[in-house]
Amino acid sequence: MSHAIAVAAGSASATTEVVTFWVLAIIAVAAAIGMIVTRRAVHCAVLLAVVMLVLAAMYAMQGAPFLAFVQVIVYTGAVLMLFLFVMMIVGVSAADSLIETIRGQRLWASLAGIGLLVLLVLIVGHAAIGPAAPSGPRNGALNVNSLAALIFTTYVFPFEVTSALLITAALGAMVLAHRERTSPKPTQRALSRRRLADGHPTPLPGPGSFALNNAVDTPALLPDGTQSRLSVSGVLANRALAAGDRPGERYPGGLKLERGADEEAGQEPRQEPGQELSPGEER
Amino acid sequence: MISPADYVLLATILFVIGGVGVLIRRNALVVFMCIELMLNAVNLAFIAFARLHGGIDGQVIAFFVMVVAAAEVVVGLAILTAIFRTRRSASVDDVNLLKY
Repeated sequence: MSHAIAVAAGSASATTEVVTFWVLAIIAVAAAIGMIVTRRAVHCAVLLAVVMLVLAAMYAMQGAPFLAFVQVIVYTGAVLMLFLFVMMIVGVSAADSLIETIRGQRLWASLAGIGLLVLLVLIVGHAAIGPAAPSGPRNGALNVNSLAALIFTTYVFPFEVTSALLITAALGAMVLAHRERTSPKPTQRALSRRRLADGHPTPLPGPGSFALNNAVDTPALLPDGTQSRLSVSGVLANRALAAGDRPGERYPGGLKLERGADEEAGQEPRQEPGQELSPGEER
Repeated sequence: MISPADYVLLATILFVIGGVGVLIRRNALVVFMCIELMLNAVNLAFIAFARLHGGIDGQVIAFFVMVVAAAEVVVGLAILTAIFRTRRSASVDDVNLLKY
């Protein structure tokens, strides 16, 4: 009786694993394909996070609970956040252009991918991959202990080399990300002089506050009815252009974000502090 | 019962998708992400083989792969920001000074 219950429980868990595997596999493949198809880098990062979380679930299903947690913490938590931080530096509008620089590159790359897929699937299909070995305590409660025992006995030398690798990587990242200041830091006096020389010593105009629209991306209206471009951050205008929607369509009365009278006075749109040119570069 | 071969097949598919992404994308960030996808696919295969053999040596190898991938991402993204600072672009087409 107890044996029958155990067999039934085993088949039930096997069915659960089958269903979970197929659902997760479809999600992972769909997210991976979407990752290489979508244009914007942020969407790629989010879809990659989906793939990594699915893989973490699969690690847990296969008796690797420690690696499942490491996958979530290191990959989804640290690596992808690093990607998003670099995306903030590089600019959210860094979308891929759809123009091919090498003719037929996508076609040939896809054909090569399909060829590689067929080859690898044939190899895996011909290999004699038997059923899984029964999972023991090393795949469950004692997983962390067994991994630690292996790392600090059999694999202790690769483990020590790993520490050297990590230190080298941290040093390399610091060296590569370091920037020497090639010009002296502008003092407050120099900044105020530049502000007066630019011809706009007062603060820039604020965004428009209207009855229907009151947001930072709404340009203010000048006395002659034109829109003040200075009142909208240049980052927002760039982002709206990158997103593909035309600024002005969202504004009441069919207003278009066009050159205002204040811009023709030779002034540049407002720049955010993060968008300022580095001190080594000339304007 | 899901055989380890199914996991290996899924890892193969993900690996190929990542490889195609490396070939067709030109944003260096996305290329990096596709490389990460390939590394993850290989990790999945390692864990499936570990389960096939009933040991956990494959899990140790996958752990080392994760460490190396983290180091690679750190250095790669630092290089990317250094290039972006001088070239104002994240496209791999614009980094052609060493080409000729």
